[in-house]
Amino acid sequence: MIRFTNVNMTYADGNEALRNLNLHIAQGAMVYITGRSGAGKSTLLRLIALIDRHTRGQIIINGQNLDRVRNNRIPLFRRHIGFMFQDHRLLQDRTVFDNVGLPLVIAGYRHQEIRKRVQAALDKVSLLPKINSYPMSLSGGEQQRVGVARAVVHRPAILLADEPTGNLDPALSWDTMKLFEQFNQVGVTVLIASHDLDMIKRLQKRIITLKSGRILTHAGTPMEKQAQTNETG
Amino acid sequence: MPERQWKNKRRLMKPVNKRKNTRPNTSFKSELKRRFDMWLLQHLQAFIFSLGQFAKYPLSSLLTSAVIGISLALPASFYMLFDNVRFVSSSWDGSVQVTLFLQTEINDEQAATFANKLKDNKNINETTFIKRADALAEYQKLSGFADALNALDENPLPNVILVKPELNNINESDTEALIKELEAMPEVDAAQYDSQWFKRLLYLLDIVNRVIIILSTLLAVGVLLIIGNTIRLSIYNRRAEIEITKLFGGTDSFIQRPFLYSGLWYGAFGGIIAWLLIGISMQLLRGPVKQLANLYASDFQLIGLGFFNSLLLVGTGIALGLFGSWISVKRHLRDIDPV
Repeated sequence: MIRFTNVNMTYADGNEALRNLNLHIAQGAMVYITGRSGAGKSTLLRLIALIDRHTRGQIIINGQNLDRVRNNRIPLFRRHIGFMFQDHRLLQDRTVFDNVGLPLVIAGYRHQEIRKRVQAALDKVSLLPKINSYPMSLSGGEQQRVGVARAVVHRPAILLADEPTGNLDPALSWDTMKLFEQFNQVGVTVLIASHDLDMIKRLQKRIITLKSGRILTHAGTPMEKQAQTNETG
Repeated sequence: MPERQWKNKRRLMKPVNKRKNTRPNTSFKSELKRRFDMWLLQHLQAFIFSLGQFAKYPLSSLLTSAVIGISLALPASFYMLFDNVRFVSSSWDGSVQVTLFLQTEINDEQAATFANKLKDNKNINETTFIKRADALAEYQKLSGFADALNALDENPLPNVILVKPELNNINESDTEALIKELEAMPEVDAAQYDSQWFKRLLYLLDIVNRVIIILSTLLAVGVLLIIGNTIRLSIYNRRAEIEITKLFGGTDSFIQRPFLYSGLWYGAFGGIIAWLLIGISMQLLRGPVKQLANLYASDFQLIGLGFFNSLLLVGTGIALGLFGSWISVKRHLRDIDPV
């Protein structure tokens, strides 16, 4: 699903964010990326979403070589990806419904279909009663769950989450992670950048630790390693 | 995974007809129709959304539209004024005429025969004889000096013959020669040629016309700047939304559409406001102009904008609005990248 081969990323200001990175994440996997700030976690996600383009090496996402994705095709490419942010980035002047429905509106779905899917997604994060509220009136945890709903409403192949629990207390963080796990179980490939090492260790998933743009350690559950070798072989 | 996505899209598709839908492969036609439906839907969304933004901030939208309206109304009303003046002057056009004031001792019959005799001149097209009594009556009616004129013992006005020269061979020197010839006749006291002021008027109108064109151009540029700046501000106000939209796969045309429609609305409302302003001004001017026209024994009435010109005014507003927002969108949307 996601394959990095000898990927280098040097920003315009000369900052080498990723160095000779090799990585493979199988379809349907759930992977945590950890490391100190500045280790390259966010860069990794940005490259996958084509927010930035890597400077060397090869990245293949969902069978597509990113070098071959022309700039005008980037929007279509991104429709297979769902995003989650630490600061949730909801639009304050729109209702929860409009926020969650945005990816569907972008993709040109009809109103009935949008309503159906938004309701399903909000139901999944137990926020259906708040469908007509504005983000301002929600608690931090609720806002984050609206962000989760928005990230999955268009049924993306890949879910990218950048520090999704950064602003949440441990109990809420745990719930959020469990939500991601549910989406993963229905086949979504999930990539989560997080520095909350204690928690992600308890989640028993594959963990990639980055340091100065390289992979420091690679820890994962045996089952997933198995799946990975199967696909590689 | 891509298969699942594809299925979702399939489900959205409206079948062109039932038989075709049973085919396993999507036909080119139905795919085209699906895309067209989507395109139409997204335009409709942007159209309504941008109108919704107007309703959301009615005061600031109204103010911007009003500024545009005034900018459009100024050149439009100048042009209308110009049009009216040109209309009035066009009735004089070609009616270059020489007024002959006859000697006072010439009586009415003599004057009439003289007028007929003049028609034989090959340089004269037409003559109109105005009896001194008629002239006095008209003058009394229109000048307001009725009492003063009544106090006079006799009619101070001479008989007058209006001479229209032959139009085909009229030029400056011929006309001069004709006037000299007429003036030399014993029956004629004085000949007056009214073309000088008319020519001046035509030149003046030409200048006014150019001033209006220059002014219109400047104000059109002004409208472009106003709309461009308004759109620029709203682009930056909605930066977060644009970033998120880009991140979730919104194409550039999807993102710029609501802004273009906003520009369209500003222009359209500006055009309508301009139309209203001109309409109100017309109503205010109609009375006085009518009185003035009466004084000149004319049934002239102000020419309004009319249907076509009203359409042109609003259309100009829309075109300027679209163009202004398009420039702004092209310049500023590119700067925003998802972060």
